[in-house]
Amino acid sequence: MSDSPQQAFKEEAYELLSELESALLELEEQPDNMEIIGQIFRAMHTIKGSGAMFGFSAIAEFTHEVETVYDLVRNGDLTVGKPLVDLSLQARDHILTLLDSNAVVEDVDIQRGTELVKQFQAMIPTQFNAGQGGDMATAESGTTVESSITAESQTYRIRFIPSAEILKNGTRIVSLLDELAELGSCRTIAHKVRVPVLDEIDPEQCYVSWDILLTSNCDQAEILDVFIFVEDECELNISVIDTGCDGDEQQRRLGDILVERGDITQDEIDSVLAKSKRIGDMLVEANLVSRDRIESALVEQHEVRQIEERRQKKSPIASSLRVPAERLDELVNLVGEMVTVQSRLSQTAAMRGDSELQSIAEEVERLTEELRDSTLSIRMLPIGSTFSKFKRLVRDIASDLHKEVDFQTFGAETELDKTVIEQLGDPLVHIIRNSMDHGIEMPDERVAAGKPRQGTVYLSAEQSGDSVVIEIRDDGKGLSSAAIRQKAITKGLISSDDTLAEHEIYQLIFVPGFSTAEKITGLSGRGVGMDVVKRAIEGLRGTIQLNSELGVGTSVQLRIPLTLAIIESLLVTIDNSNFVLPLNAVEECIELSKSDIAAAHGRCLAKVRGQLIPYIPLRNTFEITSEAPDIQQIVITNINGQQLGFVVDNVIGEHQTVIKSLGPVYRDVHSVSGATILGDGNIALILDLVHLAQQATEHS
Amino acid sequence: MSTQQQEENNQYLTFNLNGEVFAVGVNKVREVLDFSEVTRIPQTPTYMRGVINLRGSVIPVIDMRSKFGMAAVAETVNTCIIIVEVVMDNETTVLGALVDSVQEVLDIEADQIEPPPRIGSRMNSDFLHGMGKQDENFVMILNIDKVFSSAELTLVQQLDSSE
Repeated sequence: MSDSPQQAFKEEAYELLSELESALLELEEQPDNMEIIGQIFRAMHTIKGSGAMFGFSAIAEFTHEVETVYDLVRNGDLTVGKPLVDLSLQARDHILTLLDSNAVVEDVDIQRGTELVKQFQAMIPTQFNAGQGGDMATAESGTTVESSITAESQTYRIRFIPSAEILKNGTRIVSLLDELAELGSCRTIAHKVRVPVLDEIDPEQCYVSWDILLTSNCDQAEILDVFIFVEDECELNISVIDTGCDGDEQQRRLGDILVERGDITQDEIDSVLAKSKRIGDMLVEANLVSRDRIESALVEQHEVRQIEERRQKKSPIASSLRVPAERLDELVNLVGEMVTVQSRLSQTAAMRGDSELQSIAEEVERLTEELRDSTLSIRMLPIGSTFSKFKRLVRDIASDLHKEVDFQTFGAETELDKTVIEQLGDPLVHIIRNSMDHGIEMPDERVAAGKPRQGTVYLSAEQSGDSVVIEIRDDGKGLSSAAIRQKAITKGLISSDDTLAEHEIYQLIFVPGFSTAEKITGLSGRGVGMDVVKRAIEGLRGTIQLNSELGVGTSVQLRIPLTLAIIESLLVTIDNSNFVLPLNAVEECIELSKSDIAAAHGRCLAKVRGQLIPYIPLRNTFEITSEAPDIQQIVITNINGQQLGFVVDNVIGEHQTVIKSLGPVYRDVHSVSGATILGDGNIALILDLVHLAQQATEHS
Repeated sequence: MSTQQQEENNQYLTFNLNGEVFAVGVNKVREVLDFSEVTRIPQTPTYMRGVINLRGSVIPVIDMRSKFGMAAVAETVNTCIIIVEVVMDNETTVLGALVDSVQEVLDIEADQIEPPPRIGSRMNSDFLHGMGKQDENFVMILNIDKVFSSAELTLVQQLDSSE
């Protein structure tokens, strides 16, 4: 199904729409940034073009109207303001609705579309109003050429190498070239080297590639627009060879051109040139120009070259592939199997004591580790893609609540596993909503409290070890621990004579059915939010921490492991059973002898370098009745900033753990978060340390 | 779904539990394994024996004796794990059922199956698809999806669970 062109279009359109959204929000901040306007225009243009191509005519028609307005914006005939951005965001949502409705357009949507179009048309200044709309097929290229008066004329070299298969999907290269010719004065050189002899020619294959020299006042993006539908089926290289800005620029040398085109290397030229004198030297020798004039000309030449280099660096064409997520999942699974087999190999090799076998096993181990890392990194995406979604959310909620909120994000480039990012979306929405609803005060309240009118919500992501820390912070009124306490008592969650530490009180917020808001708003306050958030984060093997200061603000910190599939862990045993603990939580291991236990008088506290650390005897927790060994081990871990020991019989060592789910049968088991298969085929259970710690606190 | 399939397919795998003969539709059975070490998951009810490694997959094993309230016995050479596919929450899950011994594959025609008795059975009659006859003995045909339904498994869970 995903292979159908319609599906491909939809996928592309969803991506474009989210791009469009973030661009619109950026545009609101910097209304005269031409680059962003261009980006918006191109996104609309692509949606329109491919929409029409794949039968989403309602989308194409609607988008065309929006595009018309942005064409005016691009030409500087219309200035961007909040009304336009608002309207465009609505339009974007409308396109999304149309897209979701699968080309079956309902009357309501048509009405809504016409309404939006009317509003858009109302924005167009009257002198442009005539002749706009309707004729969508020809509107685009014609208007752009005539209108962009301010841009300087430039010469581009376009190297267009279509793939051999390009003709098979009905692409007409001639019309592409014609379209280019419309942009400006155009010289086309065809390369026919690849054309085979007549007998071998497959008429459906394209053997020719083109170099096109285009002198035009359009910008690079417009040229890219021409190729927009064949982008994936050709190698396209566009570079500026003449900026046209200074008239007496030195003519380009044949050698440079050949090198730039990649037909010859600089070294080859240099070796030939070394044999002859430089032209400057020859001219000086002939007494035609003075030495310093030559020097100045060389400086100028150097300068132009540098400008060009800078420009080329600025617009690198990122090459990327679009791969279905299932294929990646499959790959990750295979790597998981591989890791298991590899640990078996290492174990066997160590047992045999064959040094040659051992060195092979080590090699395989190294390769597997690299393979694992690079496979997992394929699935990594910058978290920024979700950030832009939240920008929109904050904007909408702020206007609903009549609050003024500035939303700042940091660390958008932080990478996380794709599935993790997907599952983080909802919890983050909950937290941000809560911050804005309960945290940030009304503007007047803020002024009265001596704070700036505008509240701020920060969203930051940062990698820390093998996990990512996401923080949502606001400068609102903070949490009142007294109010939470009171609420918990009335709800019967704690009794009035319970004494709780500050952070324990904050934990109450995550208890199901807890809500402190006095009135229930449409956004939050139903008390379903935070416990859902907590469960979702724990489902990702992450932890959640809440800090707040009354009157200053609240911060929620999420700590999420980088990937879900494979983790580094510590393998331990208790009474012949194997368990693994996630290594990122482990700090150290110490011994616990029988005399230590006797000396502690039943308290589970271990003294480590003068500090008392509580520990959990897992034998008791798991109701293992057999006799414990004389010397047990305490694995000291750090859970949510608190040190806690877990007592096990033996510590085996580090282990690459491929996480296997226990399935629906064991979904209510919380102390074990999954299982893994060891090299010898035995099963080890992955301990959920956070849950075990909680269980211990509840019981005590 | 299962009832319909069982009607189309009249073959049943019979097994022994505490001297009684039970049967399960062969279309539900994936394979039969000899008993091997089961890794117990802590803090679970006793009838949930634990998990085994079936060629790289982690498969839960349920002790049928304990599930049906029969006395526990030590494993013998005949003890088997029947790997079955059950539908749980509209999702097909693979499970192991620990039984005393596996007997044979029987053909039982649909008209030879009587509805389960409402009274006099120690077992929840929902678990039974019907009673079949093998020579002079009765065979209890299990509705394996019901036996392993998520409600059945989680109900006991919640009673034991500390929360």
